[in-house]
Amino acid sequence: MATDTAQREAHWHRTRNLMIVHLVIWFVFSYLVHWFAPGLNKISFLNFPLGFYFAAQGSLVVFVVQLFVFAKQQDKIDREFGVAEED
Amino acid sequence: MPLFKKGTTFVENLPKIYGLYTGGFLLFFALMAWFETLGMKADTIGILFVGFTVVIYAVIGWLSRTMQVDAYYVAGRQVPPVFNGMATAADWMSGASFVAMAGGIYLGGHAYLAFVVGWTGGYVLVATLMAPYLRKFGCYTVPDFIGTRYGGNLTRFCAVIVLVIASFTYVTAQINATGTIAARALHVPFEVGVWFGLLGILLCSMLGGMRAVTWTQVAQYIVLIIAYLIPVFWMSTKQGFGAFPHLVYGEAVQKIMELEVVHQVGVLKPTGDIAGQFPGLKALTVLHATPGEGFIASWRFVTLVACMMVGTASLPHILMRYFTTPSVRAARTSVAWSLFFIFLLYFTAPALATFTKLQLLDPSLATSIIGKSFEEVSALAWIKNWASIGMVALKDFNGDGILQINEFFIRGDIVVLATPEIAGLPYVISGLVAAGGMAAAMSTADGLLLAIANALSHDLYYKIIDPKAETRKRLIVARVLLLFIGALGAIVASFKLTGILGAVAWAFCFAMSGLFFPLVLGVWWKRANRAGAIAGMVLGLTAGTWYLYMVKWGGMKPWWGMDDLRFGIIGASVSLVAMIVVSLMTKAPDKETQAMVDEVRIPRGETILGSSH
Repeated sequence: MATDTAQREAHWHRTRNLMIVHLVIWFVFSYLVHWFAPGLNKISFLNFPLGFYFAAQGSLVVFVVQLFVFAKQQDKIDREFGVAEED
Repeated sequence: MPLFKKGTTFVENLPKIYGLYTGGFLLFFALMAWFETLGMKADTIGILFVGFTVVIYAVIGWLSRTMQVDAYYVAGRQVPPVFNGMATAADWMSGASFVAMAGGIYLGGHAYLAFVVGWTGGYVLVATLMAPYLRKFGCYTVPDFIGTRYGGNLTRFCAVIVLVIASFTYVTAQINATGTIAARALHVPFEVGVWFGLLGILLCSMLGGMRAVTWTQVAQYIVLIIAYLIPVFWMSTKQGFGAFPHLVYGEAVQKIMELEVVHQVGVLKPTGDIAGQFPGLKALTVLHATPGEGFIASWRFVTLVACMMVGTASLPHILMRYFTTPSVRAARTSVAWSLFFIFLLYFTAPALATFTKLQLLDPSLATSIIGKSFEEVSALAWIKNWASIGMVALKDFNGDGILQINEFFIRGDIVVLATPEIAGLPYVISGLVAAGGMAAAMSTADGLLLAIANALSHDLYYKIIDPKAETRKRLIVARVLLLFIGALGAIVASFKLTGILGAVAWAFCFAMSGLFFPLVLGVWWKRANRAGAIAGMVLGLTAGTWYLYMVKWGGMKPWWGMDDLRFGIIGASVSLVAMIVVSLMTKAPDKETQAMVDEVRIPRGETILGSSH
């Protein structure tokens, strides 16, 4: 294997950070916004009460977009460290 | 000109094949609509819809037959990300999602949306923590990963046990759903419907294993999503919300919130023994968009979300779909596509629930029933139809002859099926919805049955009992097991032990109690070892099951409002603690295992397990 240990470690470090960033976003839209739903419902968004909107649509949109972005970012990291698969 | 260019492969022709298939299905739909105007009977249309689609799936299953191990277990690892996304979406969206979700939101309001959030957000865990690494590992089944990463037959065996418990709980609910739909559409008794459903399911998977299941699931996704979206678009156009209602139904939500005050939703409650009088039926007593106030309400919401999400990332029939992509990169994009295709249905369900509710509550609409006279309402065709089979009921508690909100009872499961009738859409839509529900339940049942049968045939039979078995024998064992487990599922399903939704939520909790941390830590924590993994699986599953038993049957008061749908929280917490403590108390994994984990973490290079093992 051509990849040396230091490079592997650097790659894994970046991979782990990316994972943490995405899980923080995930945490906010999975739990935090729903915890405060009663308060958010007082705000209106596209005529929806905001707390309801997040649970019915908003969080879902965030998850979908997030996963496409994640796939791109992780691929970029893999290429940068030369550990991506051949195309 | 030939349809497919010479020298092109099956995979290259996929867009064309499924394009033609989709066109063909829409044509069939148009044909049925035309026949209806010519006077074809509603029953005949229903039979044709369900019969025609099931035959198509069976043909795909037969065309995909195989005698190769990697084709049988992982579809030859050549499924392109977008198609794998569709297959996963069908695998994922069960009869419960299709049939019961909108009804659940209709009756349960905001609190029920925890399922919508939980059943989508779980894919973030799948993508970031699991799928790419499991793909790199090159395993055939989930216990294959656990057994190789931690080593030892006992470890593998524990994983098989958790998998079987979780998936079997789930599959009975799905066979139950196929039976219910088949019985209604084909006019046969439920017990016969169950066996008919099972026959369809087995035809899709027996001959071709994962390869056959993959290509039928793609076909089933196309049917189910068309069947879910067309009625909503149709209804919203009719009600003047435009052809794409998702962004504008906020107005409808506000209207409902105003009408809830007028109709006193949540204030008027039914009195007397409703459960005994109308089993399974409920009156609307929960506000649509208003979340419960206070700590316990929020806590119950987020714990349900957590169980569904972590459960998603632990369910073997979902994880194994990502073993079929051509590369690690493809596995990642495939998770994103899966969620996109799932999202199309899940962000429509609340819209559907909202429109249906508005139709019943809004006195300015012709379809409304609340506030009208009993005489008028009980003469409606859809009320009569569904009341005759005990799915809808009316009862005048205060004797004023006017239907109040607490005097109308409906079974949540029928909201999706009845909506076309409530809205006065032609019957062809009902036939379409029945075909969609059938596709949803069949595709999930297929994935689950295959997950169980593969774990038993590959991990238990081949890896533990008879490692020298030749390919032919292995694949025959796999098929016999499939048949046997399917039959067992159908027998259990015909007892109708739990409601569809209860069984589904339990499956998630079982899976997360036993499998989540051994899987995640297997990749993310090099120090995790065999003893730790075994402790995590055994103690997690035991603790979860104990809590379920105590809360459901043992008369224990739930801790912090965590009922039997949320027992995974207990199981997974115990699993995590046990796994860390036991791992740290015992020896670190050997050099070889650590090197294996390093290899799993980078996409490049050979898979850990050979392409045929």
